[in-house]
Amino acid sequence: MKKPYSLTIHEATALLRKRELSVQELIRSVLERIQATDTQTHSYLTVCEAEALSQAGTADQIFASGNPPPLLCGIPVAVKDVILTKGIRSTAGSKILEHFVPPYEATVIRLLKEAGAVIIGKVNCDEFAMGSSTENSAFFPTRNPWDLTRVPGGSSGGSATVVAADQALASLGTDTGGSIREPASFCGVVGLKPTYGRVSRFGVVAFASSLDQVGPFAKDVRDCALMLQAIAAPDPQDSTSVNLPTPEYQATFARGVHGLKLGIPKEYFVEGMQPAVEAAVHKAVADLNALGAQAVPISLPHTEHAIATYYIIATAEASSNLARYDGMKYGYRTSQAEGLRETYCRSRSQGFGSEVKRRIMLGTYVLSAGYYDAYYLKAQKVRTLIRQDFLKAFEVCDVVVTPVAPTTAFRLGEKTADPLTMYLSDIFTIAVNLAGLPGLSIPCGFDEKDMPISLQLIGKPFDETTLLQAAYAYEQATPWHARKPPLKSNE
Amino acid sequence: MRISREEVQRVALLARLEFTATEEAELAEHFDKVLTYMEKLNQLNTENVEPTAHAVDVPSPLREDRVTNRADTDALLQNAPAREKDFFKVPKIIE
Repeated sequence: MKKPYSLTIHEATALLRKRELSVQELIRSVLERIQATDTQTHSYLTVCEAEALSQAGTADQIFASGNPPPLLCGIPVAVKDVILTKGIRSTAGSKILEHFVPPYEATVIRLLKEAGAVIIGKVNCDEFAMGSSTENSAFFPTRNPWDLTRVPGGSSGGSATVVAADQALASLGTDTGGSIREPASFCGVVGLKPTYGRVSRFGVVAFASSLDQVGPFAKDVRDCALMLQAIAAPDPQDSTSVNLPTPEYQATFARGVHGLKLGIPKEYFVEGMQPAVEAAVHKAVADLNALGAQAVPISLPHTEHAIATYYIIATAEASSNLARYDGMKYGYRTSQAEGLRETYCRSRSQGFGSEVKRRIMLGTYVLSAGYYDAYYLKAQKVRTLIRQDFLKAFEVCDVVVTPVAPTTAFRLGEKTADPLTMYLSDIFTIAVNLAGLPGLSIPCGFDEKDMPISLQLIGKPFDETTLLQAAYAYEQATPWHARKPPLKSNE
Repeated sequence: MRISREEVQRVALLARLEFTATEEAELAEHFDKVLTYMEKLNQLNTENVEPTAHAVDVPSPLREDRVTNRADTDALLQNAPAREKDFFKVPKIIE
């Protein structure tokens, strides 16, 4: 039998139901895998060994009782550290929350627990979800399990890594400008950013409130659908969550891609793309054609303005959201200040990392008197144009297909010298957040250094079903999902 | 476009952040670069375009003004940097 830690959710569930595997065994297997490999990847900030084993006992009782187990019963899931877990330290990857223990939990955590999942630990991320490589974590960078000298992507680098490295069966991350899709691509796993409003943001440390979404990382498309099934629900505690019923996400898998129209936007195949990435994406489109889909050329003319638009809106919203970290009621407070203003300034300046401070400054600037119209208001208008581009495209296609990132995973330190260079790696993912659409990243090949490449599928609002359906068909016809990184246990 | 040190200091005060002189200079340079890049947006005619604040149009839901959660002072104070009885202890505000 396969090692329990290497199972998918659906494989594990089948064995657990037949009592050929116990939840205790499954959890222990994953904990041992973490012990044997995490000193190489540095994925985890907090491992919840005692809580996980205790929850395992409860889950085993459910299986023993013969009662129908909830959807994710006994499944070990890792959680990005921007998602609050009650009683378990949640840092958002920042020194300013290094010792913060939330007195409440995020709605998505409550839903995972109701589905019977076991929270196995909190994983590393760029500080306050700001970054594309996890190098902005205040604690340490996480390493890509396919090549430990390379980044796993970001900001949900830890979430992607644990799934690729079998250090959890699935994980949750967040995506504001690509922070699920890009690390999923760099680590060769499935990652989904749901439609804005599909999943509750209550209890999730806010970066940019009109862009943030929580989403799953998984080893395959079926697992991704299972995770989304558990967390997609309207929430009265998040007034931006939309009151729509949750579909049965696997129900249409059998339909495949027959008759599906794939929009291929010319603006997404640009100079500067790594040749292997471009080749793999074109091959994937050809494979989808062979499976019955039809490629349709489309244009998204405002694509080149997406990054500028994003960095105005996201930093503006971040400057507002991060104003709460003032050292008064929680978080780091400096001991080296006199008076209120100094305490604010010093606590924040000592507690936040450089990239976070840079973005707060930029956001404050674009919102300040005299500049608001020129930058923020302008950006919001361009945002409308970007969204309209997609809605117009969806009149002639069902799914838009693009690369996820212009390159495969780069080396640690390669892009840290110039923040603007790092920002440009978001070029294919960012417009999707601006338009509020769902986006899925699915492995579609490897480059000559055996680094993963992925395809992005972008859907109509609230049409995660079609994305999962198309991704499933592609996955089942290709070998990528069976490959694992060459990560060995510590000697 | 030249962002001055004074401009950086003005924004820093608004953001309740403080920087060394070197950091201020670096920020001024970074601002310059990024804001110049953002000038791209001025190429676009957005005269009759409505701004999008919210990608998905949802009416603001309302609810009855009833208290539904229990007060839990200890839980709320457990992360306080400084606590005295049932209060957050903070620097003096009134001189």
